[in-house]
Amino acid sequence: MQTTSISMTLNGQKIQAEVEPRQHLVDFLREDQSLTGSHLGCEQGACGACTVKLNGKIVRGCLVLAVQANGGTVETIEGFSASGAYRDLQQAFLQFNALQCGFCTSGMLLAAAELIETNPTATRTEIREWISGNYCRCTGYQAIVDAIAHVLEARQSN
Amino acid sequence: MNKPKELPALAPVTNEQRYIGMSEPRHGAKRLTEGLGKYIDDLQLPRMVHVVYWRSPVAHMRIKKINKTAVMEMPGVVAVIDGKDLATVCKPWVATLSHLAGIKSAPQHALAIDRACWQGEPVVAVVAKTRAQAEDALPFLDVEWEELPALLNMHAALDEGGMVLHPDLGDNICFKRSLDVGEVDAQFAKAAVVEEATFKFGRHTGVTLEPRSQIAHYSADGRLTVYHCQQAPHMMQDLYCRQFDLSESDVRVVCFDVGGSFGIKVHGYPDDFATVGVSILLKRPVKYVADRLESYLSDIHAREHIIKGRIAASAEGEILAFEIDDLTGIGPYSMFPRTSAIEGNQVVNLVGGPYKHKHYRAQLNVVFQNKTPTCQYRGVGHPIACAVTEGLVDLAARKLGMDPLEFRKRNVIPDNAYPYTGVSGIKLEVLSHEQCLAKIEDLMDYKSLLAEQKSLREKGIYRGIGFATLIELTNPSPAFYGVGGARIASQDGATMRMDPTGVITVSVSVGEQGQGAEGIFAQIAADAVGVPIDYVRLKTGDTETIPYGGGTWASRGAGIGGEAVLLAGMALRENILKIAACILQMDASQLTVKNGKIFDRLNNQEKIPLSEVGRVGYYRTDTLPPNFHPELTVTRHYSQKDFPFIFTNGVQASYVEVDTQTGFVKLLKHWAVEDCGRVINPMLVDEQMRGAIVQGIGGALFEECLYDSQGQMMNGNMADYLVPMATEMPDIEVAHVQTPTKTSLLGAKGAGEAGTAGAPGAVVNAINDALVPFGVYNFDQPVTPQKILQTLKLIP
Repeated sequence: MQTTSISMTLNGQKIQAEVEPRQHLVDFLREDQSLTGSHLGCEQGACGACTVKLNGKIVRGCLVLAVQANGGTVETIEGFSASGAYRDLQQAFLQFNALQCGFCTSGMLLAAAELIETNPTATRTEIREWISGNYCRCTGYQAIVDAIAHVLEARQSN
Repeated sequence: MNKPKELPALAPVTNEQRYIGMSEPRHGAKRLTEGLGKYIDDLQLPRMVHVVYWRSPVAHMRIKKINKTAVMEMPGVVAVIDGKDLATVCKPWVATLSHLAGIKSAPQHALAIDRACWQGEPVVAVVAKTRAQAEDALPFLDVEWEELPALLNMHAALDEGGMVLHPDLGDNICFKRSLDVGEVDAQFAKAAVVEEATFKFGRHTGVTLEPRSQIAHYSADGRLTVYHCQQAPHMMQDLYCRQFDLSESDVRVVCFDVGGSFGIKVHGYPDDFATVGVSILLKRPVKYVADRLESYLSDIHAREHIIKGRIAASAEGEILAFEIDDLTGIGPYSMFPRTSAIEGNQVVNLVGGPYKHKHYRAQLNVVFQNKTPTCQYRGVGHPIACAVTEGLVDLAARKLGMDPLEFRKRNVIPDNAYPYTGVSGIKLEVLSHEQCLAKIEDLMDYKSLLAEQKSLREKGIYRGIGFATLIELTNPSPAFYGVGGARIASQDGATMRMDPTGVITVSVSVGEQGQGAEGIFAQIAADAVGVPIDYVRLKTGDTETIPYGGGTWASRGAGIGGEAVLLAGMALRENILKIAACILQMDASQLTVKNGKIFDRLNNQEKIPLSEVGRVGYYRTDTLPPNFHPELTVTRHYSQKDFPFIFTNGVQASYVEVDTQTGFVKLLKHWAVEDCGRVINPMLVDEQMRGAIVQGIGGALFEECLYDSQGQMMNGNMADYLVPMATEMPDIEVAHVQTPTKTSLLGAKGAGEAGTAGAPGAVVNAINDALVPFGVYNFDQPVTPQKILQTLKLIP
């Protein structure tokens, strides 16, 4: 199948690659770039496990083509973690046991981080609404809400 | 909010207890917050190919001809393998258990031969170099087939002279059971109150966020390794040996991170055997990852039941008798190897379980149909038995004009009555219904809620309060599977090794799927030996290195696996002390291990670190007495043999608001009081409860596999199959009563499923309580807005 050249800044590094035009961004990240921290739960944009950041905003990695990221900036959970910008959030997830199997966690963390960025005074209800695009089958969500609320409060008081 | 409440301290179970009973975070989960998990689809092996399955597009069909020419010419295609090809290496199976008298099923092949019996049954394997190539090729496979009439309706399955799905079996009944205890007819005849209702349960499924996936690697030297996301690796090893005629010594099953299981990943699926068979035929690694659409059609479903139930009570508010007639449809085959009759069997065992009545009759029919096979999913029968029992209890209380909580208090088996044999014959070691009911009344401030409900009703706001008292079987003995001939271990083992520097490696036959098993094993190991928890490393999931054991099912990880870890840790500690005694020339009984060091017990003086015990024990055995041999690796196994199961108990309450114009239900709050014996980690138990409750709420309000009249599943994708999301879920308050089981030192009972067992009953009862002013009720789950409006007769 014909391929096309793309380039992007991926987790802070400039990269170039040859991709099939039909390849999803998350497949490109997982298969071609060995960044397996983003997960595939449904491949139809319903579950949020493949959430990554494209040009500063979270997107469903299964609903964006790799070629659409051409010339852009992509951050995955691996870069998010290495940056250290949300270590408090990652720590709160552990402290509150806001993850069990961990399959939704990468997407959940990226979604939560965008809430922390855009609505630093979010209420519990607003947190619940914000993360309701991310499916978690294990926790029942309350611990995730608690962890995010904890980080919001701690960041406010700092 | 989720900070676990301080639990009253139980007597310590180890000498130097620091971690058991504490909300220790799961240290092993840190990498999962960094995107560094290792799930099956993350792995790539050299020479690996990818398999996709052509699945039956209809509920029932005859396979006439499979033309492989066109698909074989597609780019990247390596092989196309049908049922006959696969049957050359894989034997068919019939899933029955000898202790379920009369159970029958038909032979099932990994890939269907001649006939496919449900939409989604795998028929042909298409193997290619990449997953995309395999999927590209799939439409070019030409299967000639003829649609056959489908048996979908459970009642029709019982019709005399109707269609028989497997003619060789004679009828459509997989399993039948009748139970008649006491004098049921006489009790109903004399009862002041008799209430009856029909309870319906929508077929639903587990929806693990990670789909079922595996990599099978059969190498040229005749060894099979299967990388799997599975709850019971040794069970799978045994099944592969039997179906493919391999030796246990040549089969290894390895589980890494598992992205949710809930019972979905504890079965032997046809496509699982097919993937292994493909690897054996091709002698190279083969990866299979279900896509979400095939997950809905091929993961086990559960809980399609229609139950007619009756309750008899005296004028004084005493429950006299229960009677049920349960009809459940399980798909075309009993599922391998646990069978599909267990769920219905549990319903019969458990209805009326919390109460002290002496009269009970039950009838069960488990029937075949052309839908996805059903089998054990979190809670297995409990959510059904509980919703039926508690729904009937509420109807009786309402008819008597009694408060539902008061009615339950009068009828539960008293806390001082144990051990007790329940009316269905179940043996109950020790339960705490009375304490749990008292506790939930306080926890939810029941009186204030009643007052609030009353005053809001006057304003046209309809809120309801629902209770569900429950029992839950955990810590099973061999009575569950072993006695029925299933090669599924009820025992588990732990091997514990102290390395020269004093670190402890624990390898356990119960694995981790997110519940926190490895976390609590580390807590138990640290306390049993007497080391800081960061000395402890856990190994699970690999049949080549872990002791032989059962794995994760029936809420047994903490109670059985945890006890094995405790016993191994205590034995290792003894061995450490023996070496230390030699080194220090003291009596071992004078010494103790604390915080990774040897102490003199009498004066609490620090003597030597564990690294000194390790140094001498491994490198300087010449300095030890001639006939003394240090043993710094020990293995202990544990199985619970005193009772068939160790039952837990609890009670849940739900507070809801029903919009009687739209039929929408708002979940305002949920409470649970749970007695799982000794709580090893309050935070993890609370989170098991919350997650399980939300899964139960899913079945009660949202989740149903909807089929059309031809047997096509209509909502088999994540957008159309509704599950609980964060917005709709309430905060859930959890409290505990701790009544340890005396069958183990640890005293822990299971906690993973009770949430799912009780939530549907509590929520449905709350909805019906809200509808009391309208004189109507609904016991048809999932309770959708449409059903509520129909119940209110606002729509036809």
